[in-house]
Amino acid sequence: MPYPKPLQERLDDLSLFPDRADRIDALVEIGAEYRNFTPEEVPRSAENRVPGCESEVFFAADPQPDGTQKYKFAVDNPQGISAMALAQMLQSLSGQSRRDVADIDEGVVFEIFGRELSMGKSLGLVNMVRMLKAAAS
Amino acid sequence: MSEIAERGYARAEMLVSTDWVAEHLQDPGIRLVESNEDPLLYAAGHVPGAVEVDWTRDLNDPIHRDYLQKDGFEALMSRIGVTPQTTIVFYGDKNNWWATYAAWVFHLFGHENIKIMDGGRLKWSQESRPMTREVPQYPPTTYAAPSRNDSKYRVFRDEVFAHVKLGGKLVDVRSPEEFNGTRLHMENYPNEGALRGGHIPGAKNIPWAKAVDATDGTFLPAWDLQRVYQETAQVGPSDDVIVYCRIGERSSHTWFVLHYLLGYPRVRNYDGSWTEWGNLVGAPIER
Repeated sequence: MPYPKPLQERLDDLSLFPDRADRIDALVEIGAEYRNFTPEEVPRSAENRVPGCESEVFFAADPQPDGTQKYKFAVDNPQGISAMALAQMLQSLSGQSRRDVADIDEGVVFEIFGRELSMGKSLGLVNMVRMLKAAAS
Repeated sequence: MSEIAERGYARAEMLVSTDWVAEHLQDPGIRLVESNEDPLLYAAGHVPGAVEVDWTRDLNDPIHRDYLQKDGFEALMSRIGVTPQTTIVFYGDKNNWWATYAAWVFHLFGHENIKIMDGGRLKWSQESRPMTREVPQYPPTTYAAPSRNDSKYRVFRDEVFAHVKLGGKLVDVRSPEEFNGTRLHMENYPNEGALRGGHIPGAKNIPWAKAVDATDGTFLPAWDLQRVYQETAQVGPSDDVIVYCRIGERSSHTWFVLHYLLGYPRVRNYDGSWTEWGNLVGAPIER
């Protein structure tokens, strides 16, 4: 099942880079687009903290008048480049149908980064998706 | 942290400071190698001149649970422009966890001319030293490696069984919760399939990160390491020591500490570790 359009477009763009090194460069570029949120925008509370993410990632979903949500990931570790890249991609789901967001497959992490992730790294990234899905549910 | 030479290490020359690395960036006899857990970090910026060795792509066999073989190692060394005479300086994320893992695998092929950059990527970036996204290209070398020799630094389950029977020293570098069996994996890490929790009989629990100063990732001085390993775990330089964790990566960090910083001559890494032992039918376990 395709992902909501903004995320699917990003995945389609990444699919243009079958070479692993090129894909990594593309992900680094996506990560470089990321801008962090202030503690006022995303409170650094225990309940907002993404579990298992050593990059110190916090998440908040702001309800919008049209019933959708605005998704915000705060990545406080400047070395957390993978988390920034994923945050940038997941934040593109802001304004999408909550049901569609809740239905996205957490395997999207592996579609983005490939299977060559350590167990620890993959869990942190998957948990970012899980928190997003939980907020949309 | 004090100067490396003043910390009382048995083999202080195995560690180099970030200052030293900065002074040797143009040294043709040195090859800087970055090894990380995060696959994007190197591409996002690395020490100028450093090449990347990726622990999944470059060091592990893609099919078998094993490391690369002689031909793969030769190809890797050729690709990164290394000869047997090249001094390799490893560094990386997570307090050099993956850097020491790569260094340990290189030892299996007899390339022991290595150093670790103390503090790794964390300290280099904390000091706002230059980083680049430019991937260096070095002329390929012809590297004739010996066949992989696992006997010196690596140990397999049958040898661990014999070691346990003889009351040999084991250091379990996992978290206390993994050691006592209340958790089957690192905190915040998924279960990689071990059916039983606990530890290998007789093992002492010294989590790997106790060897580093968490503020900058540097190794603790020898006297602090001795207190941790000799006084707490009763593991000394005359012991035949086996270290293990979950799959052998965290324990390679402890292998480096015991073998080089404390100078223990006989330290081997059991990379089968808990994912093998915790699933072995009939294997003895303590909690």
